[in-house]
Amino acid sequence: MFNRFIPIFWMSLSLFAVAIPASHAATDKEPTWPSLKTAYFGDREIRDNADDLLVLEAPKRAEDAAIVPISIKSLTPQSADKYIKNIHVIIDENPMPYSANFVLSPELGTVDISTRMRVDQYTYVRAIAEMNDGSLHMVSRFVKASGGCSAPAGKDAAAALARMGKMQIRMRQPTIGEPVQAQVIVSHPNYSGLQYDQKNRKYIAAHYVDDIDISYNNQTLIKVEAGISLSEDPSVRFTFTPKEPGKLKAVVHDSKEQEFSMEKDI
Amino acid sequence: MFRLHFLSIATMLLGMLMQSACAATNSYTVEEVTDGVFYHQGVHEDATEDNLGAIANVGFIVGERCVAIIDSGGSFIEGELLYEALRKQTDKPVCYVINTHVHPDHMLGNAAFKQEEPVYIGHEKLPAAIASREDFFIRAFSETLGDAFEGAEFIRPSQTVSVGKPVTLDLGQRELVLTAYTTAHTDHDLTVYDKQSQTLWTGDLLFIDRIPALDGSINGWISNLEDLKSENINYVVPGHGPAGKDQWQQGLDEQLSYLKTLREQIRQIIYDFGTIDEATSTVGLKMKDDWLLFEQYHRRNVTAAFVELEWE
Repeated sequence: MFNRFIPIFWMSLSLFAVAIPASHAATDKEPTWPSLKTAYFGDREIRDNADDLLVLEAPKRAEDAAIVPISIKSLTPQSADKYIKNIHVIIDENPMPYSANFVLSPELGTVDISTRMRVDQYTYVRAIAEMNDGSLHMVSRFVKASGGCSAPAGKDAAAALARMGKMQIRMRQPTIGEPVQAQVIVSHPNYSGLQYDQKNRKYIAAHYVDDIDISYNNQTLIKVEAGISLSEDPSVRFTFTPKEPGKLKAVVHDSKEQEFSMEKDI
Repeated sequence: MFRLHFLSIATMLLGMLMQSACAATNSYTVEEVTDGVFYHQGVHEDATEDNLGAIANVGFIVGERCVAIIDSGGSFIEGELLYEALRKQTDKPVCYVINTHVHPDHMLGNAAFKQEEPVYIGHEKLPAAIASREDFFIRAFSETLGDAFEGAEFIRPSQTVSVGKPVTLDLGQRELVLTAYTTAHTDHDLTVYDKQSQTLWTGDLLFIDRIPALDGSINGWISNLEDLKSENINYVVPGHGPAGKDQWQQGLDEQLSYLKTLREQIRQIIYDFGTIDEATSTVGLKMKDDWLLFEQYHRRNVTAAFVELEWE
């Protein structure tokens, strides 16, 4: 399987020899989406405006380009015979538009996930649900870039590095058999690898979280395959129902093969 | 008759062409805060083509031997205007260009002083801050500033100042002490203190009237501001807002109060397992009328503070 998590302009040069402009706003020239759709989904059909299935919340204006909260909810519960298998998150105008793939278990019950993204400029943010029957359903929101001085880069790289790998699993007091919200956060600078250090004449090496596996009693609930669009200190907030007492565990893997994990008894 | 007509139309057209640039250029002046300390007060707006990005306080301090520029402007044009304003005051050479931090409104005028071959100075983390933001800022500000972006360059410091090791510059019978801070407004804030007049140039550690913008650490900012209160300071040039003797203490207290209110309310939301969205739709909204540009920056401040306070 080819790697979706590479910057689109490198991919387009190497694989398709199509110049996809990575540096202009979505408001002018050609829309970016048709070429992205072909790149990521080939000629598969995607049902647009799938508001009957998915709700995507994203702010109209990215207040802070480095931290844009987005949330995705499904309007139908997961069941063994009909469930959302993946949610692909695409941010058209980011340097690496394919931003995350949430792999979801039918055990998850309710799909109610939020995370935080970097948004480089005016862009569409898309959530595409891939059902267990293989059909694709899309919702999208247009997000305006922030003004002023906020850049997608982190605010305090040294602080993020110093606590790298530190994790939190946060939740309200859970009740067995009841849905509960939980949040997994890992401290990580999530360097994109796209910043050029002119003084040393080299790119600052990419170093980012590429996989978060969240399981309950060793059964994966959510697996996030991520790229550089996740904010510094990646966060995943989700709802699940613990059916019996057990362990909620999160394992985080990064692009330098480091692994961090944490578990919580319920 | 015809010729006259033609001329007047040409003049009118030229006038229209020049209008946007002239609106800012004709009125560009510096004010003397105290003997030898000059600043141009930025407008309380977001950067635009019309205001030439001249939204931050920029200026210079004149010694016996030479001049230090402190923040160079929000565009190459503002840098040139500042240079012209300097030349109306003195012919002394520019030996230093000091950048208080990476934000474009404070450093896009750097290139206007190149011909003077000054030493460019910043915080030890300024080069890294430039490296990680330059591409984004160039793209964003070439759109924001339009034609006014032309000529702007992020010139890196050739000398840096480390935290805990202040550097003293001698302008000739006038010493400036440059202090590098731990993370506050940004992770690379630098202040300039003129010993002779006891003037502190705070960079964006201090905002007066205009809402402070958090791009570093709320905890660090609060603690660094509290330390400033005990310094021996007579005059202050804030990053934004009026300079002088009288307003800065109240300004500092108001800014501390804003940041502390945010911190307290956000901590409570985090404690209750609330979300960023809940925080941005409730925290600090009562302070809406206390600050200019509140709508543009407040929710961002809440967002930035939230993700920091999650790790307490």
